[in-house]
Amino acid sequence: MTQQDYSLAELMTVAAAEAFRGNGEVLATGIGLLPRLAASLAMKSFTPELMMTDSQSWMLSEPNNVSGRAVSDRQAQESWMGFSRIFDNVWSGKRHAMVGPTQIDAYGQTNISALGSDYQNPKIQMLGVRGFPGNSICHANSFFVPNHSRRVFVAGECDVVCSIGYNPERLPRGYSFDEIDIRRVITNLCVMDWGGPNHQLRVLSLHPGVSLEEVQENTSFELAVIDDLAITAAPTPEQMAIMAALDPANSRAKQLKDNPVGDRRRLEESRNV
Amino acid sequence: MDKVRSAREAVSAIKDGMTIGIGGWGPRRKPMALIRELLRSPVKDLTVVAYGGADVGLLCAAGKVKRVIFAFVSLDFIPLEPYFRKARQSGAIEVSEIDEGMMLLGLRAAAWGVPYIPTKLGLGTDVVRLNPQIKMVDSPYDDKEWLAMPALKLDVALIHASRADQRGICQIDSPDLYMDDWFARAAETTIVSCDELVDTAHFHQGDNARSVFWERNVTQMVVPIAGGAHPSSCDPLYGFDMAHFKEYAASAADDGIEAYLDKYVTSKDEPTYQSLVGGIDAIRALPLPVY
Repeated sequence: MTQQDYSLAELMTVAAAEAFRGNGEVLATGIGLLPRLAASLAMKSFTPELMMTDSQSWMLSEPNNVSGRAVSDRQAQESWMGFSRIFDNVWSGKRHAMVGPTQIDAYGQTNISALGSDYQNPKIQMLGVRGFPGNSICHANSFFVPNHSRRVFVAGECDVVCSIGYNPERLPRGYSFDEIDIRRVITNLCVMDWGGPNHQLRVLSLHPGVSLEEVQENTSFELAVIDDLAITAAPTPEQMAIMAALDPANSRAKQLKDNPVGDRRRLEESRNV
Repeated sequence: MDKVRSAREAVSAIKDGMTIGIGGWGPRRKPMALIRELLRSPVKDLTVVAYGGADVGLLCAAGKVKRVIFAFVSLDFIPLEPYFRKARQSGAIEVSEIDEGMMLLGLRAAAWGVPYIPTKLGLGTDVVRLNPQIKMVDSPYDDKEWLAMPALKLDVALIHASRADQRGICQIDSPDLYMDDWFARAAETTIVSCDELVDTAHFHQGDNARSVFWERNVTQMVVPIAGGAHPSSCDPLYGFDMAHFKEYAASAADDGIEAYLDKYVTSKDEPTYQSLVGGIDAIRALPLPVY
């Protein structure tokens, strides 16, 4: 296997793991298989101080595999962490969640509640706000977006604003944006943060073979671009091995439609042969 | 001190217009047999507070609900609850959508007898805009605004436990009790269905008393129904019934709630329901989910 033979899912997972680098003793919560794999990869490699649950009710000293587990499998549980106790942690701020919102707007506000302009009679009812309002004002959050598009990165505000962002009109009295901590956005095209002027969404790196134009074209609002725009780092052989060990059933191959390659340029090369 | 009741007797405490809280979480350890009994009753105009699953979906579909106070309604592996979705998208119900943690605070405020608990949860989001009944307060200690999460006082709480005795000692030996203790404490009347009715001596053994999360005076009625959480799970006794949930979800797209209720609920008692879903042995054999 050459180093270039990695999937887009693996590239995104490694980029997502980077969001947890150096976070220290915080509860790393990845919602969805790839974010969970990313947090687990970070904990297994460069940030072992991270804390993690079994996605149910126990804190783990070692992350569980994200696939291929049986009910009878033992896990390295170190403390009870039921639903109510999760909130004791959330409210302490010692958490970094990576979530997959249906809509994200230019303010970093997100939506998983409902779609449509009439809240009383929504076009599509989704999950509900869940813990997004509280999470967003209590601790760090990153976003994982498998389909970078204008439907996700919407113009104006989200249909239902589930999480607080950097919108001056919504800032509660007495609060400052310093209290709101939105970190990375990992998409199928690029990696971004909210470090542009006035917390503008900013492109940090493009996935191999992706152009800045394509990223902007698929975003309904203006993006900032970091001066030293990079190409998203490919997974190292060590990272590939850790991901394979954490995901023995290769469920990561089923998360993105048609499991695209990580480096599009390789695809072009093979077509030209 | 004998709090044991039939499901029908217990549910008859629920009257039109009441606010009921339902324990459990999504498709996990929901008091579904009590919900089915409620579906058979003439009660209407309920306000329902829940970390919702098919309990909320069924009550909405059957026209029992005026308002849902919720943070999510989901079947977990089927992310969007089909009948809640229908009810919302047809504008059939009123809603009060709040953060999961706000719901916990609201239940605690009710349990503690305080009118509200100040919090920053929800600030800066549409939770504030869409819930004009939720007020902001100033703090005497700083210059910030705080959301005053009002007490969520419940007339009745419905909960499913692993075990109980006839005096209302309830044991939950699932890995997570969710917010059930707070639902129980927030309610005027707490009705607990249980998979097993045990003698009080059961709690004297080993660590059993460690998995009793509220005192007996919090529980007013005990309804023994083995398998009573079906089709939701009652870990570690049984997992949720994925096939049944799929059939339930499909009914929303096909024949609708009437067909589902005709088949499983209307004019049927719980033993009949259980025989239709394979019997108690089949329920107890449902595999636990792996996360």
